[in-house]
Amino acid sequence: MAKTVSLTLPLTRADLADLEAGDEVLLSGPVYTMRDAGHERALQCLEDTGRLPFDLEGATLFYAGPTPAAAGRPLGSVGPTTASRMDFATPALFEAGIVAAIGKGKRSPEVVRSCQETGSVYLCTVGGIAALLAKSITESELVGWEDLGTEALRKLTLKDFPAYVAVDTKGGDLYRKIETAAQ
Amino acid sequence: MNEETPETMARGEMPTGENVPHERCPRQPLATERLDAETVGEAVYDAIRQCAVTLRPDFQKAVEAARDEAAPESREAGVLDRILENARIGVADNVPICQDTGSVWVCLEVGEALAVPGDIFSRVNDAVARAYTDGRLRMSLVRNALFDRANTGDNTPAFCELKLVPGAGAVLHVLLKGGGSDNASRVVMLPPGAGAAGVRSVVLDCVREKAANACPPLVIGLGVGATFDKVAGLAKHALLREVGSPAASAEAAAFEEELLAEVNALGIGPAALGGAPTALAVHLETAPCHIAALPVAVNMGCCAMRSASIKFI
Repeated sequence: MAKTVSLTLPLTRADLADLEAGDEVLLSGPVYTMRDAGHERALQCLEDTGRLPFDLEGATLFYAGPTPAAAGRPLGSVGPTTASRMDFATPALFEAGIVAAIGKGKRSPEVVRSCQETGSVYLCTVGGIAALLAKSITESELVGWEDLGTEALRKLTLKDFPAYVAVDTKGGDLYRKIETAAQ
Repeated sequence: MNEETPETMARGEMPTGENVPHERCPRQPLATERLDAETVGEAVYDAIRQCAVTLRPDFQKAVEAARDEAAPESREAGVLDRILENARIGVADNVPICQDTGSVWVCLEVGEALAVPGDIFSRVNDAVARAYTDGRLRMSLVRNALFDRANTGDNTPAFCELKLVPGAGAVLHVLLKGGGSDNASRVVMLPPGAGAAGVRSVVLDCVREKAANACPPLVIGLGVGATFDKVAGLAKHALLREVGSPAASAEAAAFEEELLAEVNALGIGPAALGGAPTALAVHLETAPCHIAALPVAVNMGCCAMRSASIKFI
């Protein structure tokens, strides 16, 4: 039975182990934005140094490129981008210490397996409601890769940010469940 | 907080026979039968500023209708409520309804009685750069798809198309197209023998595989016919049609209805979190084609549908 859970970030492995695909979560605390170009750089850094850039071990990534500050909020609007574009890098980043990622859409079987092997989770949130989601962001701070513009690495502070567990640590996959249920 | 005057951009007030919600040109109505670059540029600027923060009204109505039909307390009702709340915040706070404020797609349809100079699009990129800076929108374009993926910094260039059409006057379409929904689109060159069943399979496969990335509930633009390059344009143009308006012909309307029912039977649902609807409409545009061909294109329209169609004269 799906449940609703309030979680404080950074997430611990114990937090993650209790989650099941389909649970709704309300996230509060820091996440780091990273998209296509950032993933390439993170992988390069791993290759060069054996570590994640900017001490991201233990962090949760948010696949997002926000619009600039507006309406008295740190970001005008922000929402998830398509997660499958990051599939090429996600298993390596989970192995190196990223514990969770927030995006939208299905993941590859390799990412689902990686969630099981590393005890990480993939969370999804609703795309196309970025003005609403921006109200759950209380702070935004540029951390690095400023040259990438909207794709730069930013630390966002969330307050009751709504998401769903899409892939849990036991290999449960919300999107596959929905597909199977409809057949 | 709204710097633009909404009343000059009142949307959807004059549907014409062309099934798109038209707007009057917000700046200068044309006194002569000549359209110039300045007029087009200013109309593009205004349309971008308005579209970025506004869910298209016909699309919003369809979401409201779907919300009324959704089971109370269901996950899909929750998602549809959030889409409507998001639209309200966009207008109230003058902030983009989606962080992907898109690439700018412009199509100018010009009637045969109107003269258009060769530089008609020469002010469009300037308008895009100003609108994206002034509106605090996201800069989402790179210089070259393959060899130089540095951000252009001002969301230029726009992708412009000039269409010569029968009749008088001119209509300017401006569409802010997100990357996720365009990525979830496809062109397939079927053999003619594949027929309607083949077209149906292309649509259903595309939805099954890609809808979760395209931010449903969707409007599905479907082009069938023409040539390899033109069929995608048919599908894109189909997104402009007013949601809920009739198709060009009874047989097209019947096919659209059949496809919509099958798409929604997949149970993918709003935000791909299950239930219904996965799509609010399927819009079909067909055309002649080569005896050897059955070109099919699917262009996904996301739940943050943003376009404006402005009628000059």
